[in-house]
Amino acid sequence: MKALCYNGVGDLRTERVPDPTIINPKDAILRVILSSVCGSDLHLLNGYVPTMREGDIIGHEFMGEVIEIGSEVKKLKKGDRVVVCSILGCGECQYCQSTQWSLCDNSNPHAWIPEKAYGDSPAGIFGYSHAFGGYAGSHADYIRVPYADRGCFVIPEGLPDEAAVFASDALPTGFMAADLADIQPGNVVAIWGCGGVGQMAIQSAFLLGASRVIAIDREPDRLRMAKDISGAEVLDFSKVDIQEALREMTGGRGPDRCIDCVGMEAVSEGLDYYYDKTKQFVRLESDRPIVLREAIMACRKGGTVSIIGVYGGLVDSIPMGAAMNKALTFRMGQQHGQRYIPRLLEHLQKGELNSGFMLTHKMSLDEGMKGYDLFNKKETMRVVFAPQ
Amino acid sequence: MANKKQPVSRVLGMGQIEPDVSGSSRINVDDTERIWSAAGGALLATYGLRRGSFSGLLLATLGGFMVYRGASGYCPMNQALGRNTAEPNAEDKAVDSIEIAKSLTINKPREEVYAYWRQLENLPRFMFHLSEVRQLDNKRSHWVAKLSDGLLAKTLGTVEWDAQILEEVKNERLVWKSVADARIDNAGEVSFVDAPNGQGTEVHAVIKYRPPAGQLGGAIMKLFNPAFEEMIKQDLRRFKQLLETGEITTIDGQPSGRKSEQQSGKKPVSEHAKADEKHESAML
Repeated sequence: MKALCYNGVGDLRTERVPDPTIINPKDAILRVILSSVCGSDLHLLNGYVPTMREGDIIGHEFMGEVIEIGSEVKKLKKGDRVVVCSILGCGECQYCQSTQWSLCDNSNPHAWIPEKAYGDSPAGIFGYSHAFGGYAGSHADYIRVPYADRGCFVIPEGLPDEAAVFASDALPTGFMAADLADIQPGNVVAIWGCGGVGQMAIQSAFLLGASRVIAIDREPDRLRMAKDISGAEVLDFSKVDIQEALREMTGGRGPDRCIDCVGMEAVSEGLDYYYDKTKQFVRLESDRPIVLREAIMACRKGGTVSIIGVYGGLVDSIPMGAAMNKALTFRMGQQHGQRYIPRLLEHLQKGELNSGFMLTHKMSLDEGMKGYDLFNKKETMRVVFAPQ
Repeated sequence: MANKKQPVSRVLGMGQIEPDVSGSSRINVDDTERIWSAAGGALLATYGLRRGSFSGLLLATLGGFMVYRGASGYCPMNQALGRNTAEPNAEDKAVDSIEIAKSLTINKPREEVYAYWRQLENLPRFMFHLSEVRQLDNKRSHWVAKLSDGLLAKTLGTVEWDAQILEEVKNERLVWKSVADARIDNAGEVSFVDAPNGQGTEVHAVIKYRPPAGQLGGAIMKLFNPAFEEMIKQDLRRFKQLLETGEITTIDGQPSGRKSEQQSGKKPVSEHAKADEKHESAML
């Protein structure tokens, strides 16, 4: 089959590789119909996530058709059209059973790698480096899905592929960001980052009762979508002082809830960007926590900061004094997709959430590198590959 | 962390048992004799190899044996003759045992976890460095470990021993010890404890072993020990996966763009062992 393989920093190639096969009894094989790029792939591609190996197939946001099932797969059947959660959960460990799926004890066969860096191991993720299991990703004609009954969700009739594919990652991740923020009716929510996850977080925040959502980015197209489609008020951080604007827009209080949908590769117009970029370059710091600092400073007293943008390692100069003395609550984590996906598919079907607009470019696998280049330059919301 | 010497087993209140001192973990050659033996052996070996003939080979072999005897402090001939030049009037001096303590929580009832482990034949299903465990009778078992790859394997190869269960409290704990003349004297204890709030069972394993080939061996084995520790942790993880999910999590046999892996087809479960050993030797 064809697959988009990592070959080094900034180097993706479409290659011929063997077809996947059932390895364990709970596996299924899917024919990939759509497979989206994700902002977190850029961390891999730009060299911020170690333990990538040449030849790794990337991609983790996808939907497809079940074409083969293992002997212990009970719910799925051949021909099912399914969307698959990016993060693997066994369904049997204590974490999965308490619906904290991204903390699954069993789905990372390389648990010993993150254990060294994090003290414990999170779940495995498709196509997302060997530290997260080394699973072959979805930018391919076919993919093996372990624990298939747990990770695959049948897409309701009538919901188009183009909308359903984002129920794999961007939508549950954005929804979880809003859920973690513990939004109370009437809350004002500030969201940094208007990429796929940010857009979904905006819509989810409204769904969970926010009265206003203020979204922050600098890409004109993304700000336009945040405003016109997702319904947020928007701020362009290249043009206004975010701290001042947020404070004044909220009657001097600051937003009740602040959500970081950016993570470790944040940019800003200020000196702090060059400070972090330099430290990152000389390996004194692995992540650039610009958004996190801003969120802590902007958040109102007693508010909640929800972190869904991905961080990988060490950050520097976090205003802990502000966080402590303002009595902020921090909530964070990778998405527990299996907890949210069934509900989100319903919201999509009823038109209460809108995800299909994010697919701005559809391409073949052969155009993989080109697609990621576009995405890296923020010239597209989401490139989605249609393998066959 | 490196300087914190108190063994974890003491914190857990486990691991009172010490491995026997038998086989090659003993020192029965006195220090001066060891130096002469090693030096003489090296000379003999060099000379023998230079001659290149059959008798040269014999000399080299003898030289090699003397180097081993010098380096290890253990002489099988001394052993056979009951001769001990290290401490003539005392028991053979033991090499310090090395301890590994690892714990993991398994989301299954204690009875089930214990029963699976107590069926010792099950162990190689998740301890990939074991090729076989055979129950000889209720208390005694025969163990075969095979390290098929890497530096460790080259040093040790296949290791076999008999083990004896010394103490057994059903659904709570097992204490065992290798019986005399194991190539690697070892002992251990596994305890099974209810985790709080119905989170399943805590499995605590303490394994102690005496490195073969005396003090020098001890130094070498200490280098290997982090890899051994990781191996035990991996074993426990697979045990957990097997009990909780019924399968062992793996990516072995999946496609990639790496040409070296592209002859893959369907791989049976036992093949996971190979990949795992590769990972272990990669860590060495």
